Amino acid sequence: MIRRVLASLAVLAAVFMTSTKSRAVEIQEVVSPGGVIAWLVEDNTVPLISVEFEFGGGGAEDPEGKAGLSYFVAGLLNEGAGDLDAQAYQTQLDDRAIRLYFDAGADTLSGSMQTLSENAEDAFDLLGLALREPRFDTDAVERVREQIFAIQRRESEQPRRIAAKHWLKNSFGEHPYGNSRKGTTETIAAIKRDDMQQVVDQRFALDNVLIGVVGDIDAETLGLLLDAAFADLPEEADRRPIRSTSISKETDITIVSKDVPQSTVVFGTKGLRRSDPDWYTAIVMNYVLGGGGFSSRLMEEVRRKRGLAYGVSTYLAPRDRAGLYMGSVATQNARVGESIAVIRDEIARLANDGISEEELTDAKTYLTGSYPLRFGTSDAIAGQLVGIQRYGLGMNFIDRRNDYINAVTLEQVNRVARRLLQTEEFYWVIVGQPEGLPEDLTQSLAN
Amino acid sequence: MLRRGRLFSKLTSFAAMAVAMVLSSAVAPQAASNFNAKDYWLDNGLQLVVIENHRAPIVTHMVWYRVGAIDEYEGKSGLAHFLEHLMFKGTSKMEPGEFSKTIAKNGGQDNAFTSSDYTAYYQNVAADRLELVMSMEADRMVNLDIAEDEVAAERDVVIEERRSRVDNSPSAAFREKLSAARYDVHPYRVPIIGWPEDLKTLNREDAMGFYKSFYGPNNAIVVVVGDVVPEEVLALAQKHYGVLEAREIADRFHPPEPAHTEARRLVHRDPRVRQPSWNRSYRAPSVGTGNKVHIPALEVLSEIVGGGSTSRLYRQIVVEDKLAIDVGSYYSHGRLGPGTFALYAVPVSTDTAALEAGIEDVLADILENGVTAEELERAKHSLTASVIYAQDSGRGLANIFGASLVNGQTIEDLEAWPDHIAAVSYDDILAAAKHVLVAEQSITGILLPPSPEQPDAGDAP
Repeated sequence: MIRRVLASLAVLAAVFMTSTKSRAVEIQEVVSPGGVIAWLVEDNTVPLISVEFEFGGGGAEDPEGKAGLSYFVAGLLNEGAGDLDAQAYQTQLDDRAIRLYFDAGADTLSGSMQTLSENAEDAFDLLGLALREPRFDTDAVERVREQIFAIQRRESEQPRRIAAKHWLKNSFGEHPYGNSRKGTTETIAAIKRDDMQQVVDQRFALDNVLIGVVGDIDAETLGLLLDAAFADLPEEADRRPIRSTSISKETDITIVSKDVPQSTVVFGTKGLRRSDPDWYTAIVMNYVLGGGGFSSRLMEEVRRKRGLAYGVSTYLAPRDRAGLYMGSVATQNARVGESIAVIRDEIARLANDGISEEELTDAKTYLTGSYPLRFGTSDAIAGQLVGIQRYGLGMNFIDRRNDYINAVTLEQVNRVARRLLQTEEFYWVIVGQPEGLPEDLTQSLAN
Repeated sequence: MLRRGRLFSKLTSFAAMAVAMVLSSAVAPQAASNFNAKDYWLDNGLQLVVIENHRAPIVTHMVWYRVGAIDEYEGKSGLAHFLEHLMFKGTSKMEPGEFSKTIAKNGGQDNAFTSSDYTAYYQNVAADRLELVMSMEADRMVNLDIAEDEVAAERDVVIEERRSRVDNSPSAAFREKLSAARYDVHPYRVPIIGWPEDLKTLNREDAMGFYKSFYGPNNAIVVVVGDVVPEEVLALAQKHYGVLEAREIADRFHPPEPAHTEARRLVHRDPRVRQPSWNRSYRAPSVGTGNKVHIPALEVLSEIVGGGSTSRLYRQIVVEDKLAIDVGSYYSHGRLGPGTFALYAVPVSTDTAALEAGIEDVLADILENGVTAEELERAKHSLTASVIYAQDSGRGLANIFGASLVNGQTIEDLEAWPDHIAAVSYDDILAAAKHVLVAEQSITGILLPPSPEQPDAGDAP
């Protein structure tokens, strides 16, 4: 039978993970003359350079009542710097086809730049100008403020966004992790130019930046360009301390009533941080439960067997000072209770009975075999370089990472499942008009 | 500025396309040159394209079929996409679900997407698994045997997909209404995901019939990009695809859209809307219809009119006049049916009259006075630079080549693209603008929150 043949071919193939012609990812640590450190993967395949970098401290460090400040600043960093107002600055970028964007998450303020290698010098100069002397002109500030308001309005139409917002707010309470990274109408309205400058002054510093560079550039040249962009930043950051926290809930379910035919559900529980010794075990466990695309238990039970949803997934969401284990599903109102019941059953089943040897093997083969897929583009590789630095995983991490996955044992997965998967600890937010919810779960309503 | 495209409606990413429901605009040939693409035709009519990309030991394998939602028939909208789902539900050799499970066990990722014009399946895997995925795609190219007991649940899945994508999103629901108003007869008026009433009727027989009409090696293009050697890929393709017999493929007939004689307008109010939106699209040449001579000039024109924050529209409407929060344009021409030259805006208020007038002034100025030499150069440079950026992503290249070739373009067309862009002149742009920016050939769509003063304000004349 061909089916058998295919299956055995799959297992055989999994053993031989050789590449044909591609080069290995060779990381160099570059220390510029001015003392800026970056990780570089030199690759001359295409005449372009990708730079990813991040400053420690994101939305969670925004001052009280100013939630969304980091995101606001990110939106303004390419809106004028030094002698160049917003249009002049953008013209400099566009004339050279330089792509430069900033973004802010809960824990970082990050930047992403791509340039043709022939324009590298100008690109790094323009980046340096943005980091040292952002203008925050009134005109640009008000324009971006209006853009954020529009984004907030647009997101307030989207059930998934609404659910996630309520989930975070209710779980973290007063801790800044409960705030939306894009703030609220009130907090964005309250932000002033001085607040923005403060973000720059406090966080943009040499001891608070991680840089990954991939592409058509050698270490020596990069050193000079790094100095142009980063060397004049202050030595030390002055960051706002954030306390570690955990989540809590007052009811099991919060319903946000919305007149739509389908209920969108966001659910989650305590997860773990990236530094947790159980991290890789949790990755394997999550693959089996709901992380594995079409192969997960949840997809099998919720989608394939019952047609309850187009998608259902779970994921680990580590933050610097808290861990989360999250998931989501969307099901027609009349059957959403059934979806939740099936998901709870699967969570309990994994916690009680663990996974099988076959599931463990399949998870490992997928997780190790798919690791190279993260290295398909220069900006993706640069992002990996930043992530490896962020968690202090070491320059040989890429070579070792699959060993960590392969070392996970069945007993470890089952122990971590008992640790993370306690059905009574999960908190569910539902946006829609849900019916048939499990009766043992307590409910509250939100607007 | 905040990153465009992430925030507003412009669809520019692979992800946006891969999630299926878009008429492929931005993935159309925005790029290609010196890709050293190898092009082969097998005796059974299957086209194979191979591009080497040795950045990582991975490969993207895609099969593109020349069939999409426009090939459906009355009462069975959504069938092309439904079949795409059912292609994972077993063959004479594989169990339902075994396809994706096998890919996952090999560390790969797989999925599929359906467009109006085409349907595509892909796997991203370690390069040494190419033969495995080829053998599986070749199998389901001719041996599909959908398990009957999987069909009902999968139909429910698609109905939930429709609810998630369309019914739960006021802007997506509005886009669906706009397409229905934009075309009188062309099947682009029908949503790819299908109308709710039709979805309920889709069954195994429909899907198998559609499959037999349109699937087969002679209606497929296989695109392989990654850490591979072209001659070896060809040998594998001959081994797995080459042995399949050509099939009789149904004719594709799509009624042409007649010329429109008056400007159209659709104003829709939805109680769920918090942020109004405005858009206009002009009928424009595509690779499938209309005067193709204008295509390169329209690409440059779109870049100048609304291609970024230094574009005409952004400078005038957002920065100067503050009538919108964002504004831009895109030109969708990589299609079989009518193309569109589209403008969109995120208005500052629900009163969009001044915004619309402002945008029309910008267009009128270009029609009257043309574009500047500086604008022309910047736009051309930006477009040709995108060729280099495109080479960075193997998956991206596979999508660009597949989407272009499946709609009748050639490797030569893609290789010549930068030259065509570079050759665009001031006069070409003016001629193209005059050809396309014609009010009678346009539809304007405005999506608003409910109006307390005019509760019954619905579709305006």
